[in-house]
Amino acid sequence: MNFDPSTYWEALFSWPFLRGAMLTLGLTVAAHMMAILIALPLAVVLNGPPSALRRLITVYVGFFRAVPTLLQLLFVWNALPQIFPVFREEWFTPFLAAWIALSLNESAYQVEINRAALSSVDSGQMAAGQAIGLKKSHIYRYIMLPQALRVALPPTMNEFITLLKLTSLASIISLQELMTVTQINVARTFQFSEYYAVALTWYLVMVYSLMGLQKLVERRFRWSSRTEANALAESRRSRGW
Amino acid sequence: MIRLRNVNKYFGNFHVLQDVSLDIVQGEKVVVCGPSGSGKSTLIRCINHLEPHDSGEITLDGLTVGTPKDVLTVRRTAGMVFQNFNLFPHLTVIENCILAPKLASGVSDKDARKMAEEYLARVHILDQAWKYPIQLSGGQQQRVAIARALCMRPTVMLFDEPTSALDPEMVGEVLDVMSELATGGMTMICVTHEMAFARRIADRVVFMDAGRIVEVAPPEQFFTAPQSERARTFLSQISH
Ligand SMILES: Nc1ncnc2c1ncn2[C@@H]1O[C@H](COP(=O)(O)OP(=O)(O)OP(=O)(O)O)[C@@H](O)[C@H]1O
Ligand SMILES: [Mg+2]
Repeated sequence: MNFDPSTYWEALFSWPFLRGAMLTLGLTVAAHMMAILIALPLAVVLNGPPSALRRLITVYVGFFRAVPTLLQLLFVWNALPQIFPVFREEWFTPFLAAWIALSLNESAYQVEINRAALSSVDSGQMAAGQAIGLKKSHIYRYIMLPQALRVALPPTMNEFITLLKLTSLASIISLQELMTVTQINVARTFQFSEYYAVALTWYLVMVYSLMGLQKLVERRFRWSSRTEANALAESRRSRGW
Repeated sequence: MIRLRNVNKYFGNFHVLQDVSLDIVQGEKVVVCGPSGSGKSTLIRCINHLEPHDSGEITLDGLTVGTPKDVLTVRRTAGMVFQNFNLFPHLTVIENCILAPKLASGVSDKDARKMAEEYLARVHILDQAWKYPIQLSGGQQQRVAIARALCMRPTVMLFDEPTSALDPEMVGEVLDVMSELATGGMTMICVTHEMAFARRIADRVVFMDAGRIVEVAPPEQFFTAPQSERARTFLSQISH
């Protein structure tokens, strides 16, 4: 067998790989947060009555689903500066370009998750919120969203993991994320298995940590189960909130 | 204090409320009954503007219902209790009660809790204040819903069939709480088919059919000698 453990261990905690992993994770988090932010108001409109705005959003969603992510990345990085001179300046980095492209792309998928999650909340909840005199923004913030989040969390996590791997596409616009760093090292040394194993390790670490995080968040949703609500209520009472 | 004048309401082409007029004075208890689909829920949902009416006038404590700037004030003036309780499942009993006072009336957390405890005690459920709705029985949930509405200190309470989703053995505890509320002088409009309850607390019974108020009478008179043919038919149907 031709696997050099010392190359593996050295690379695993080397700065370029650490930086690559952080960039991958950072880009994913930033793009997904932006996507959720964009998708939320769109989902609220999609759940409302038919309107011109609703048709426009449907077109938006279809557009970003239809165009390959790779093309969106290349467009933002290469074509945008050609069209708008402001993007020719120093501040327009590959990270920023990837952030814009992936946010827009991901928002088209997140919209459907948010829409389904919001419409899964019983319509009586909205009525109850209105009946006690809350304004719309408070009803969404304190009543609809917390309940929708429970439904949205698992598919959102799937999206996040997909997006995490999709960031490797940004190597095409020279972003030094995890896969780019891996490719560079492989091209230099031809030690395929060692460097691929390093990339693999970091992807696994990131995904498993996230799955752990998801479990923790889900504990807050135990109010939805007759058998588990008691444990949540007891633990909150013992902590005095 | 509540005044409906020639109120009309449509769902598409369907004329669900037809020229409804009704005056209710402070402290009065009105029971609304009538066959399914006659517009009872729609009527009380129009009073707190959960459903906008299309024409006619509704006033509540001098506020014109439907004026955009008064919508929230109208809803805080009228408490509402739903058939399916509609508690917020992600909040504990006490959090259900303090949410609106804190957000809408700007009451401090401490004061809101104190007030909520007072009302939860009044509906005999203070000992469950830290639980989540799913842990409670239907009757308990409905009593929490009443306390939640009372926490906004409404001047009128609207009830939409508050006991019809409950198992028979829990109906009594909810009706008892409502009777106590009535004795305390609260103005109440209650859609219900609980005849014994109506006889006990109501000042007037409003009978609706096909979107119209067909008959208004004191409960004794309504239940023993209804004037309209439709009320007679209806009463004979619900009594067996
Ligand atoms: N949002 C709506 N859109 C269209 N039609 C509606 C809507 N809400 C109610 N309706 C219709 O209006 C009519 C009156 O409804 P409403 O709920 O007021 O009746 P109700 O007297 O409360 O009946 P029930 O005893 O079954 O509760 C019914 O025929 C119902 O189908
Ligand atoms: Mg009804």
